[in-house]
Amino acid sequence: MATLSTDLNYLQAKKGLFSWIFSVDHKRIGLLYLYSLMTFFLVGVTLGILMRLELLNPGKDLVEAKTYNQIFTLHGVIMIFLFIIPSIPAVFGNFFLPIMLGTDDVSFPRLNLLSWWIYIIGAIMALSTLLFGDGPADTGWTFYAPYSVKTGTNVTMSVLAAFVLGFSSILTGLNFIVTIHRLKTPGMTFLKMPLFAWALYATSWIQLLATPIIGITLMMIVAERFFGVGLFDPSIGGDPILYQHLFWIYSHPAVYIMALPAFGIISELLPTFSQRTIFGYKAIAFSSLAIAFVGYFIWGHHMFTSGMSGTGRFIFSILTFLVAIPTAIKVFNWVATLYKGSINVQTPLLYALAFIFQFMIGGFTGLVLGALATDIHLHDTYFVVGHFHYVMFGGTGFAFFGALHYWFPKMWGKMYNATVANIAFVILFIGFNTLYFPMLIAGLMGMPRRYYDYLPEFHLPNMISTFGSWILATGLLLMLGNLIYAYFNSKTKPGRNPWGGITLEWQTQSPPPVQNFDRMPVLPKDGPYDFEHKPTIKE
Amino acid sequence: MRTGASTFAEGVDLSLYIISGISIFFLVGITAVMIYFVFRYNKKRNPTASHIEGNNTIEVIWTVVPTMLVMVMFYYGWMGFKPMRNVPDNAMVIKAYGQMWKFSFEYPNGTITDTMVVPINQPVKLELISRDVLHSFFVPAFRIKEDLVPGKNNYMWFEANREGRYDVLCAEYCGQLHSYMLSSITVVPEVRYNEWLAVVSAKSDEHPGLAIMKKNACFTCHSQDGSKLIGPSFKGIYGKKEIVVTDGVEREITIDDAYISRSIKEPNADVVQGYMKGLMIPYGAVINDEQIADIVDYIKTLE
Repeated sequence: MATLSTDLNYLQAKKGLFSWIFSVDHKRIGLLYLYSLMTFFLVGVTLGILMRLELLNPGKDLVEAKTYNQIFTLHGVIMIFLFIIPSIPAVFGNFFLPIMLGTDDVSFPRLNLLSWWIYIIGAIMALSTLLFGDGPADTGWTFYAPYSVKTGTNVTMSVLAAFVLGFSSILTGLNFIVTIHRLKTPGMTFLKMPLFAWALYATSWIQLLATPIIGITLMMIVAERFFGVGLFDPSIGGDPILYQHLFWIYSHPAVYIMALPAFGIISELLPTFSQRTIFGYKAIAFSSLAIAFVGYFIWGHHMFTSGMSGTGRFIFSILTFLVAIPTAIKVFNWVATLYKGSINVQTPLLYALAFIFQFMIGGFTGLVLGALATDIHLHDTYFVVGHFHYVMFGGTGFAFFGALHYWFPKMWGKMYNATVANIAFVILFIGFNTLYFPMLIAGLMGMPRRYYDYLPEFHLPNMISTFGSWILATGLLLMLGNLIYAYFNSKTKPGRNPWGGITLEWQTQSPPPVQNFDRMPVLPKDGPYDFEHKPTIKE
Repeated sequence: MRTGASTFAEGVDLSLYIISGISIFFLVGITAVMIYFVFRYNKKRNPTASHIEGNNTIEVIWTVVPTMLVMVMFYYGWMGFKPMRNVPDNAMVIKAYGQMWKFSFEYPNGTITDTMVVPINQPVKLELISRDVLHSFFVPAFRIKEDLVPGKNNYMWFEANREGRYDVLCAEYCGQLHSYMLSSITVVPEVRYNEWLAVVSAKSDEHPGLAIMKKNACFTCHSQDGSKLIGPSFKGIYGKKEIVVTDGVEREITIDDAYISRSIKEPNADVVQGYMKGLMIPYGAVINDEQIADIVDYIKTLE
């Protein structure tokens, strides 16, 4: 076995702020993303809690209607563009993709750093609307024309921010595609690649191909606002439906940019904590590609009430149901992976199990929305709000937290208090479901979304939902507090492989050295999850 | 959910029950199996795992079965939806207008109202017209919703089959007072509908200016009693001196016939200080000079 230089790990190698913000080490860039993402996430959470407070009772509780509209827009922009789209790929993809492929960095390390800088510039632009100009946009994160063309708030800056953030996403996608094609360690073929890498591969193609469309669409909004070109505003000859098509041609595939990496995380957590090979490796790997592909053709289901022809609605509805099939295949394979395993119930596994449960609710409510008759009733109601929070937060968000607990010992070489982590998980799980399940009920009752005030009959579900937001916030704070405490105070050294994982990151030191591996990684004999022939790892 | 009150409710509710039924069955089933596995194959009970890589028969089964089930769901969704696009020939046509933040309805005889009254068991077709931004006409009890898209003439129809008063809500975000954009549909027997129509259609003795302003929803944003809404109140406004912003420059003007006329035709040209630009659409195409004169005449009375 060849021995590589191991004196210092990546955290110790260099000191000082500049050694971080100009680092080209994919691990440091991953952490830069983590810290910036979590900061914006907490801003988004705060805005969300303010919204729930306002909706505690009918009528005004806290803020004026216009402020409320700005809050929900900023909440959406931050959570979508600054948190959930970059989340798993930018943090865990950056940190672990090269290590899992057995290489020392991504293909283009400097481009990777540029992505983070572009992300930060975009984020500053988005948040600058709080301080400069005519206030944050009040259009909703979808920026629907012609309202977004007419409103006096600072739509231009928000839209430009999303435009800039798009480049960050495109460059990360490009970097990962090339890395996966070119830098896999000798002996690792596509079909011996960990499923997290497969998920990132499918995601990266969507980032690369779909993001330019939103970029140009948002620039068209800017052109419309400044020069009155007449693209989307019918009073000057434009077509608002054109905007909706262009917007959703990106933004529906973007849903899979948000969800596919989470599937990848779950496909890593289940084999590790069941100590057995994944069930249906190929089915899981190829279903990611199928979802990425079919996901391009179903954007029209966001427009079932926009006056589309009956034929159009028929086609988009049937295609929407098709995307449910690869998703169902994944769920079945995950559950089958638990079968006859030797299950070690640890915090990351709890997040994975909660993911499966909540993601199923997200998926099944998606079926209700994909069917035409029911969508007509539920379109643009709180049912939709509940549905996508189940997918995005209950799904991707929980996978993100699961990944954070899974790789925490690897990233920092420290261990958190598992009991506190489990208690935080339970509070978070209860809070999440108390917060979002009543939204499904309010939607069925007919409460439209983006509502500052509501009819008295919607009071009960809204009240319960607001209580849920307090439980959820408690769980979040406890979870983050526990991890931050461990980061500063933990004396427990987890060693190389605290969970008995099999992918290559568990063969190196915790935290990894700058070059990622202190000795050549050894691939398991029959594929990435061959627990039967798990290479023995010496400390 | 609200009890259905239109002929569509049955089809929509049936597809909802079928999809939720299948979904809940699988949600509960899969979750139960998952929890069972976690206990049954816990490392204490099952210290050595079996390495099962997959099973093609099972993969085929759990591809084919969901495919069939989602096609069933699609079918019921489509069947529940299809009648919503086939308007019967005998439908009564009402124009439904949406503008920030008010619905109004124009009956075949030209009468304009804020809320709708329709006869029971009578198909009604709504021609959906937006005067500014996107809105959406949503009647939860009827299970219907369709967007009002400016520049595009969407339509929808319904046949109410239960008497009562039903809420109409705007379901597409349309700005500041979106959640207050409400109306209602009252379903009555045909005899009572005819009586109602005769009463609302009778020539009223209200000021012609007031009638025009009501028709164009001016009072949603401009009060008559001095209170500040989205725009300045009309009370005592005629002859008053105001600071307005013209192309970014502040100047003092006196509110007279010319200013009011310009504010209706080009509302964003001179915006009174402290109010937001861009919220009011130009009304030059819907209100002519004669009508503007009536409006000015009416505003003069609001002292």
